[in-house]
Amino acid sequence: MGRALIEVAGPLAAQAQFSFVNVAVALLMVAVAVALSFWQRLSLEKDMLLACARAFVQLLAIGYVIQLVFRSRSFWFVLLLLTAMVLFAAITSGRRLRPLPGAYAIAAIAITLASALTLVLLVALDVVPSTARYVVPLGGMIVGNAMNVVSVVGTRLMEELESQRRTIEAALALAASPSQATRPSLRRAVRVAMIPLIDNTKTIGLVFLPGAMTGMILAGADPLDAVKLQAIVMYMLIGTVAIAAVTAAYLVQRQLFTRHEQLRRLSGG
Amino acid sequence: MSPRLTVDGLCLDVPAGGRATRRLLDDVTFSVPAGEVFTVLGPSGSGKSSLLRCLDRLNEPTAGRVLISGQDMRDLPVREVRRRVGMVFQQPALFPGTIADNVLYGPRVRAEEPADADAFVGDLLARVGLPPDWTGHSTRDLSGGEAQRIALARALANGPQILLLDEPTAALDRNASARIEHLLVEMGSATDLTLVWVTHDLDQARRIGHSGLILVDGRVVEQGSLTTLLADPEAEVARLFVAGDLDSGPAAT
Repeated sequence: MGRALIEVAGPLAAQAQFSFVNVAVALLMVAVAVALSFWQRLSLEKDMLLACARAFVQLLAIGYVIQLVFRSRSFWFVLLLLTAMVLFAAITSGRRLRPLPGAYAIAAIAITLASALTLVLLVALDVVPSTARYVVPLGGMIVGNAMNVVSVVGTRLMEELESQRRTIEAALALAASPSQATRPSLRRAVRVAMIPLIDNTKTIGLVFLPGAMTGMILAGADPLDAVKLQAIVMYMLIGTVAIAAVTAAYLVQRQLFTRHEQLRRLSGG
Repeated sequence: MSPRLTVDGLCLDVPAGGRATRRLLDDVTFSVPAGEVFTVLGPSGSGKSSLLRCLDRLNEPTAGRVLISGQDMRDLPVREVRRRVGMVFQQPALFPGTIADNVLYGPRVRAEEPADADAFVGDLLARVGLPPDWTGHSTRDLSGGEAQRIALARALANGPQILLLDEPTAALDRNASARIEHLLVEMGSATDLTLVWVTHDLDQARRIGHSGLILVDGRVVEQGSLTTLLADPEAEVARLFVAGDLDSGPAAT
């Protein structure tokens, strides 16, 4: 009967080791894409090649860094790596909130608080082993999700400030506090930021197979173990995103008002 | 006894790009006794709305003082100022929900909702000329005039001593405008509520006010009793304004 085309739990699953030759062969698909782009005059060839090169360099770099951290077996290296992730996330998110005074600080505080709380809880409650192998990739996911949600909440709240200006000032004129006057806007912003993750959680397994689970199955783990880890990931992300969204909303809201409870104009004028 | 409202040397600068500032109000001074209707007149962009916003501390004056019954506004908590000084804007900006939700907003944010809320709202609706049983109606599908009446009832629910009116009839058709104007004038004479009424409409000013001022480019160019103010202004620019030779559109400032 010859060799099966797809082996179940074959050598790939047992070792999960790849050579750079494997990667180079995968570039064939990029060549197909470039050819298509060329043929259809999409002028995406340069962009695609650059993106692939960047991805390779960035991934290689982080691969070496993570390998270094794993080999060092040092808690401090893990912490340093997580701090660097938070820093990049805060800069990315802070740039989106730039019209606000203290934009970068807001992003840094919200992302740090949400990520730290989630990670500490996970480790303290022994949900995942407190080894670099778990803490680093889970940390990356947590920080990334916190970053997205902070950007969405912040930009949405700034838009609300402009579109709801009359209503907010009408509420202030009725002697409402800034937090009372902005409560509906705040609620809308937090909801908008959280809905994508909630919808992902609802449709998980039906519409898409998420990254952590896919990765574990590819690496040869028992699918049921993979499923359990994925459930942990989704639950922890919901918590992270909620903390990040509410913290960012609260901090942004405070920056929207002066000391005398006057609504600022962000774009000057 | 000190006047209900005293404005003394009020100035307001706003950022105008970079380090530059633009002066919106320059040394505005006037006072209004209790129970009077004070009219603020002026062409569009003259700073009328900015002046009202300073009186409710929605903008922070750069210099000068605002006294409420002799008390400096800055010595009071800002929410106390805004409870004592109500404001009705050109656009009613009602909150979603019912009419009662809007009227009770002020008392609710202070956690002082009256025990008999229905009767409280009904009374206020009657005062602004709406059926008292509209309490539970949604604020959608109201006419402009009805919405402005709700905005007025909402401001009155806080029991203010001073009511600031920023072109309250400018966004309404002629009929609704006349009726709201009548309602406000009656309210002004029947209670000891002090009204500060911003308008660009000279005919309206003739009908409503006791005294007032004309504001041009943030400066008071004429001040006093409305009859003499409008009949025989001294300043050249005030004469131009009264003669209708300055732009006097209702644009917000």
